[in-house]
Amino acid sequence: MSQAKEFHFKPLNVGRWFIWGLFALMLFVAPRIWTSGLAQTMLTQMGIGIIACLAYNILLGQGGMLSFGHAIYSGMGAFLAIHALNMAGAGTLGLPVSLIPLVGGLAGLVFAALLGYVSTKKAGTPFAMITLGIGELVFALALMLPEFSGGEGGVSSNRVIGQAVLGITFGPQIQVYYLVAIYCFICTAAMFALTRTPLGRMLNAVRDNPERVEFVGYDTHWVRFMAFTISGFFAGIAGGLGAINTEIVNGEVMHASRSGAYLLFTFLGGATFFFGPIIGAVLMVICGVLLSELTKAWLLYLGLIFLFMVMYAPGGFASLILMNLRVAAFGKLSKLWTSYLALAGTALAALVGAATMIEMVYHRQLNEALGPELRFMGATLNSAGVDAWFGASFLVVVGVALFELVRRQYVHEWGEVQEDIEKEIKRREAL
Amino acid sequence: MSFALELRDVRKSFGKSEIIRGANLAVQAGERVAIIGPNGAGKSTLFNLISGRFAPTSGEIHLHGRRIDGSKPYEINRQGLSRSFQVSNLFTRLSVFENIRCAVLWSLGHRYAFWKFLADLDDANDRTEQILEMIKLDKKRDVLAMNLTYAEARALEIGITIAGGSSVILLDEPTAGMSKSETQRFIQLIRDVTEGKTLLTVEHDMGVVFGLADKIAVLVYGEVIAFDTPDAVRANARVQEAYLGSVLAETQAAAA
Repeated sequence: MSQAKEFHFKPLNVGRWFIWGLFALMLFVAPRIWTSGLAQTMLTQMGIGIIACLAYNILLGQGGMLSFGHAIYSGMGAFLAIHALNMAGAGTLGLPVSLIPLVGGLAGLVFAALLGYVSTKKAGTPFAMITLGIGELVFALALMLPEFSGGEGGVSSNRVIGQAVLGITFGPQIQVYYLVAIYCFICTAAMFALTRTPLGRMLNAVRDNPERVEFVGYDTHWVRFMAFTISGFFAGIAGGLGAINTEIVNGEVMHASRSGAYLLFTFLGGATFFFGPIIGAVLMVICGVLLSELTKAWLLYLGLIFLFMVMYAPGGFASLILMNLRVAAFGKLSKLWTSYLALAGTALAALVGAATMIEMVYHRQLNEALGPELRFMGATLNSAGVDAWFGASFLVVVGVALFELVRRQYVHEWGEVQEDIEKEIKRREAL
Repeated sequence: MSFALELRDVRKSFGKSEIIRGANLAVQAGERVAIIGPNGAGKSTLFNLISGRFAPTSGEIHLHGRRIDGSKPYEINRQGLSRSFQVSNLFTRLSVFENIRCAVLWSLGHRYAFWKFLADLDDANDRTEQILEMIKLDKKRDVLAMNLTYAEARALEIGITIAGGSSVILLDEPTAGMSKSETQRFIQLIRDVTEGKTLLTVEHDMGVVFGLADKIAVLVYGEVIAFDTPDAVRANARVQEAYLGSVLAETQAAAA
């Protein structure tokens, strides 16, 4: 949406240079701030996730194509990359490790071109169904070819091969991180550039109104197909980087749950904005690594978050951030912060209550043998007793009721603020 | 000699019902033709056949002497025919500027390019600005298409249609739903932007028809029963019969 505000005779866009500089700086300093092994692994995964989610968003956000099977392109990239890595290790392929992700990218591109030709003939629901079918098909096929996919165990490799170049062996995690960071930056820049080209713009047009596109001279199938292929290329690069990072690739990388994760987190981050999927990818790694450590019920919590996001903020976190930044830019955020505090407080109360119940259910189902007692947030709860259940449900009911009250108040305030802003804009225009 | 647009015995059936029953029409380059006819005569279907939205069941359609029936809409558009829609058909989540730019890109040869930036395409950007001024939406350039008023959306609809520089323009009820004064302004606008082009327009408003057209084609039950200058058409017995018939039918329906 903000893209429209560009004037082509602007000589130098300082804001843009600043943002890209900041992005590069963050990629550079992140592993120096979070130095632990876990943090560096997570950061590496985030870099890979950013490429994958941005690639996915070429389809979802920019092309309006809901794909349920994009993991097969990142997965194919991962498999081909790990085979290439093995061949390079055996000396039959003269390719440095730093270029192995490009093999993955090429694999993603070729497979997207082959399989995407069919699915991109259609848009909307048929497209979604075809991608779902092809996704299952390729996943099943890969498992049936153990020479290629390594069967259940997968294909493993060793990324430390050949002579070290400038002391870089890709042995230590930090070196892999910087390889990922460089790829992440270049791919992000390339995908952003795509949004500002004729193909990128026509892709938006195809999303909005495919019928009209045909009447201004463009073949919608071809536009979708090219976008799909490009998206497959970047997904393949992400897969290739993943292969180098983990040094093992198994059928999991192509599983529908991976495709689902791309969709879910791209949406959570915000598909309507270019940078939304970046937020989504960061969340994807945090949820996958930290939240899953914290509780066995993490997918349930994730589902709940997704549900609320779809209902109340279909633009994802990116739109929430941008809308509030706009309010802040007009100096009106001070009017809203008490509401935010109240919203957060009541939501927290409801969440604690719900989480207590969920954890007690999980405890009873999974840890029956350990007895009815469980530790949750510093308290010992008796999952067989009435009082814990009563307390938790009381908390949920009160929390939800208060939240709803506060929400109504907040919606009212938000409307007023927006009106004020509109007036202010009109006033400035009149000057 | 070859006509800008020629229809030879074009027929179109949907299931068992034949909507277009052998329509013949030959439009010379630069002519402004209004297509009139009672409701359900097949005017919009005829436009859909010419522009490639549907393929005719039989018959031939020629654009500048080349056969186009059965071609895809984008193939027909690339050969120099462009159409507008009765209900505004815009790229709703893009700005007015982007809407027009999307419509000029192909004609300027930028095709599916992903190796050049839109911002650097001076030809496309200048042409877009020019179109925006022509349709008087230059002040709205950054407004999203979905936020336009009705009249502005209609103007943008025309803008997208003419932006590609097609030589044959089809306008499907361009002034439908507009107020009297808006219609007046709009006819002038259409006159200006289609200067020197072949224009076919479907219209209900007789004021618009006589204000805009050099020739009138009367379509009744899927056939072109008259194609002549406005005065000749007015005096045509078959036309009078057809229109009188529909008037009679309407009065009967109202009485019943």
